[in-house]
Amino acid sequence: MDYVIEMLNITKEFPGVIANDDVTLQLRRGEIHALLGENGAGKSTLMSVLFGLYQQEKGIIKKDGVEVKINNPNDANDLGIGMVHQHFKLVHNFTVLQNIILGAETTKNGFLKMDEAREKVVELSNLYGLMVDPDSIIEDITVGMQQRAEILKMLYRDNEILIFDEPTAVLTPQEIEEFMKIMKDLAEEGKSIVFITHKLNEIMEAADRCTVLRKGKYVGTVEVASTTKEDLSEMMVGRKINFSVEKAETKPGEPVFEVRDLVVASSHSTKNAVNNVSFRVRKGEIVCIAGIDGNGQSELVYGLTGLSPIRGGKIFIKGKEITHMKVRERNQTGMSHIPEDRHKDGLILDYSLSENLMLKKYFTPEFQSNGFIKFDVATEYANMLIEKFDIRSGQGPRTKARSMSGGNQQKAIVAREIDFDPDILIAVQPTRGLDVGSIEYIHKQLVAQRDEGKAVLLISLELDEVMEVSDRILVIYEGELVADLVPENTTVQELGLYMAGSKRTEVAV
Amino acid sequence: MKRLQKFFMGHSIQRLSKMPGGSMKRLQHFFMSTGFNHASASVFSIIVGLLFGLIILFISNPSQALEGFGIILKGGFSTGAKGTGQVLYFATPLILTGLSVGFAFKTGLFNIGAAGQFIMGGTTAVYIGVLWTSIPAPFHWMVALLGATIMGGLWGLIPGLLKAYMNVHEVISTIMMNYIGMYTANFLVKSYIYDSQMALSKNVAPTAVLPKGGLDYVFYNQMGNSKDLSTVNAGIIIALVMAIIIFIIINKTTFGYELKACGFNKNASKYAGINEKRSIVLSMVIAGALAGLGGGLLYLSGGSGRRIRVVDVLAMEGFNGIPVALLGLSNPIGIVFSAIFISYITVGGNYLQTLNFVPEIIEIIIACIIYFSALSMFFRTLLPRFIKFIKHKKFPEGENIEEGQTQEEGGEL
Repeated sequence: MDYVIEMLNITKEFPGVIANDDVTLQLRRGEIHALLGENGAGKSTLMSVLFGLYQQEKGIIKKDGVEVKINNPNDANDLGIGMVHQHFKLVHNFTVLQNIILGAETTKNGFLKMDEAREKVVELSNLYGLMVDPDSIIEDITVGMQQRAEILKMLYRDNEILIFDEPTAVLTPQEIEEFMKIMKDLAEEGKSIVFITHKLNEIMEAADRCTVLRKGKYVGTVEVASTTKEDLSEMMVGRKINFSVEKAETKPGEPVFEVRDLVVASSHSTKNAVNNVSFRVRKGEIVCIAGIDGNGQSELVYGLTGLSPIRGGKIFIKGKEITHMKVRERNQTGMSHIPEDRHKDGLILDYSLSENLMLKKYFTPEFQSNGFIKFDVATEYANMLIEKFDIRSGQGPRTKARSMSGGNQQKAIVAREIDFDPDILIAVQPTRGLDVGSIEYIHKQLVAQRDEGKAVLLISLELDEVMEVSDRILVIYEGELVADLVPENTTVQELGLYMAGSKRTEVAV
Repeated sequence: MKRLQKFFMGHSIQRLSKMPGGSMKRLQHFFMSTGFNHASASVFSIIVGLLFGLIILFISNPSQALEGFGIILKGGFSTGAKGTGQVLYFATPLILTGLSVGFAFKTGLFNIGAAGQFIMGGTTAVYIGVLWTSIPAPFHWMVALLGATIMGGLWGLIPGLLKAYMNVHEVISTIMMNYIGMYTANFLVKSYIYDSQMALSKNVAPTAVLPKGGLDYVFYNQMGNSKDLSTVNAGIIIALVMAIIIFIIINKTTFGYELKACGFNKNASKYAGINEKRSIVLSMVIAGALAGLGGGLLYLSGGSGRRIRVVDVLAMEGFNGIPVALLGLSNPIGIVFSAIFISYITVGGNYLQTLNFVPEIIEIIIACIIYFSALSMFFRTLLPRFIKFIKHKKFPEGENIEEGQTQEEGGEL
C-alpha cells in the first residue's frame, strides 16, 4: 500500500500524563483521513508530533517509506507537511496576502517581491475555489475566510500533507458545508489530508478512513464507508452513546425567573441588541433561547447576569427584583451562569482547579475566616466536586486550569455552577466544542437540574440540542423574541424559518 | 557557557543520586519543580551578569581587572561588619521598591512608577522630619513614615484610577507620574527643606531618625575606643516585615485572591462578582505605598545617611525595583534576597575606586550586572531543556523521574 506518511508506534509523554501510547497512523496518498477521539484523547498531540511541535519518546515517522526526524515545524514544512491549528496563527492587522507569504517571502535585494506572490496566491485560490480577497485585513474578514487564508498558506508552501485541527469548531453550518467541499477538492487534486474532529456527521460525510484514539491509546482504523456513526462513537467513547436525551414528562411549577421588557444596548451600533424581551422560566422547566449567532443572545445574557448595564426593563427571581443588583448579589439571590466563553469569563486559567472551583464562594465563612482563605477546605471541596462530577486532570485540585482539556474545563464550570444550588441556571452554549461523551454528560446534568425543580435557561445555537433538551423554545431574531414553541409540536425546518426571520408570531408572556 | 551550565546542573543531580530512595525522589521532584527551575535561572543569570562585568573590567583596565572583580565579589564584606550593615541599609529601599513592582506585577499591573512614588514618599518623610518638630519624640519618625506611605499611595492612586475608569495604560501614566513626582519633590525640597550650603535636603530632627533597633550592636567596626557605626537601622527590619506581610496578603488572603484573579483575568473576575475596578485601584495604591515607604526608610537615617539631592534625575532606587522584582520572581521572599544581592554588588562596586577605575565604569558594570540579572526570564526557558538533557543522560529509562508521579488521564493533550 502506498502510504505517504506513516506514524508507527508513537509514544509521547507529558509530566503526569501519557498523551500518546503506542499510536499508529498511516495516511494514504490523496485520502481524507479523520482522526477521531474525545477531548483529551491525544489527537492534537499526535498531530503536533507530526508537525514537529513535539518530539515523540518512542516510535518512528516515515515519509514515503523513508524514516524521517521532524524536530521543528520548519522540518515539517520541508517535508511538505502543513497544519491549520484550531486557533488560527494569523497576524490580525496584516492582509491575507501578507499572512500567506509570512516566513516564505520572495525577495530581491532585500526588498519584497509581492507581485510574484500575489500571482501565485490568486492562481491557487482559483484552482481550489478558495475565494478570498488577498488585500483584505484579517481582522475584517469572517472566520471562514480566515480559515481559507490558512489553507492558502499551506498551499503556497506546496504542502502535500495537510493537517486540520478541528477545522469546523469555529464555523457556521453554511461555512462547514463549503469547507467540506474544499477538502474534497483538495483530496481530488492529490493532497493527503488528516482531519481532527469529534463530530461524527462530518466524518461520515467527508472522510475515507478514520483512526480512533481513546485516552491516548490507539483503538483502530476503519473504512468510513463500511461503518456507522454508532460504531464510531462506541469506538471513541468505549461504550454505547445515547444520542437522544432521556427525560421524563415535565410538570412546571410557579415562575422562578421573570424578565419584563428588557432592553440592552448594542456595543457596536446605536441600535439595541435586545429589544423589549419578556419571558418567564418556571420551576422544573428548561427554556431554550434559540437563534442564529449574533442575534442578541450574548447581550441578553450579559444583561441578565449583570455583566453589562441594561437600558430598560425589569428582572425578577422568585418575585424579588434583581434589576439593579450587582453580579455577586444576583449570584447570592440564586442565579448561576455557565458562560458562553469558558476561557474569557468562566475560568481563571492561571489559577488551579481548586481555586477556580471556589471562585464564587471564596468569601463565604465556609472558605475564609478573618480574610484568610482556608486552603484545606478549598482542597477538600475541590476533591468532592472532582469526585462527584468526574472532572479529570493531571494533578487533581492543584492542576492549573489552563492545562486541562476543554471538556474537563467545562465540567469544572458546570460543577461549580450546579453546586451553587441555584434557583435559575443560565447555561450559554454549554456544549460548545465538546465531544459526544461530554455533551451527553452535560445534557444529563441540565435535565437533572430541571428534575430537581430548578429553572433552567439554555441559550444554544445547535438545533439538535434545542430540540432534544428543551421543554419550551423561544426563538430570538434581531434582538426580539419571535416564537414560543414546544419541541414536540414543531420541526427543525419551522424553527429554521423563525430563526432566519421569515416567520414570526406574537410571543405572549 | 554551556559547559558551565552543565557542570552546575550535573553536579546537583549527581549529588542527588547518592541519597536514599524516598527522600531522593522528593528532592528530585523539588529539583524538577518550576520554583526551583525559576530560582536556578535567577542564579544563573547573575553569574552571566558577573562574567559580563568582568569583560568590561578587562576592556577598561586589563592589568587590574581580576583584582577589581575580586573587590566586586567581596562586595560589602570587604569592609567588615560596617560594610555588611551598609549593604543592608542600601537594600532597604530596594526591597520596598522591588515589593512595589513585584506586588503590582502579581496583580497584572506594570508599576513603572516606583521612582516617582519613592521620591515623593522620601520628600514627604523629610518634610515631616524637618518641619513637624512639635510631634512628641517616639511618634515623630512613625508619623514621617506614615506620611511617606500615604504620599506614595497617592502617587499610585492616580494611575490606578486612570486605569480602572478611563482605561489609560498604567505604564504610560506611571511614567508620567515619575516626572511629576521628581519635579514636585525638587520644588518641595528647594522651597521648604533645603540646605543650600550642602545643596541637599536638611537633616531631619533627631526625633525623626529611625531607631537603630539594636543593629548598632552588630554592624560596626571598632576604631580604637570608638565604634564606627554603619548607617543601617530599624528600616531593614520594617522592610522584612513588609515583605512577610505582602507574602501573606498575596498567598493567604481573600484580598490577595481577588487581586490576583483580576490580574490574571479581568472578565472572569467580574463574572465571579469581584469588583475589578476597585481591585486595580487598590493594587496600585498598595504598590505606590510600598515604594513611598521605601523613600521614607532611606532618607530618615540621620547624619551618615542619604539626603535628597535636587537633581533632574529619576530616583535610581525606583527603577532598580524592576530588576529586583524580576530577579526575585515577584515573590516577596525572593525580592528580599535579590535586593540584598543588588545592594551588595553596588556597595562592592563603589570600593573599586581604590583601584584605577573611573567612577563611570563602575556604574556601567553595576548596571550590566543588574540588567543581565533581569534576563532570568530568558534562562528560565533555556534551563529546563538542559536539565531534561542531563536527566536522560544520568537516569536510564525506567528509572525516570516520571515514575514517581501519578499518571492520570485527561490532561491537555
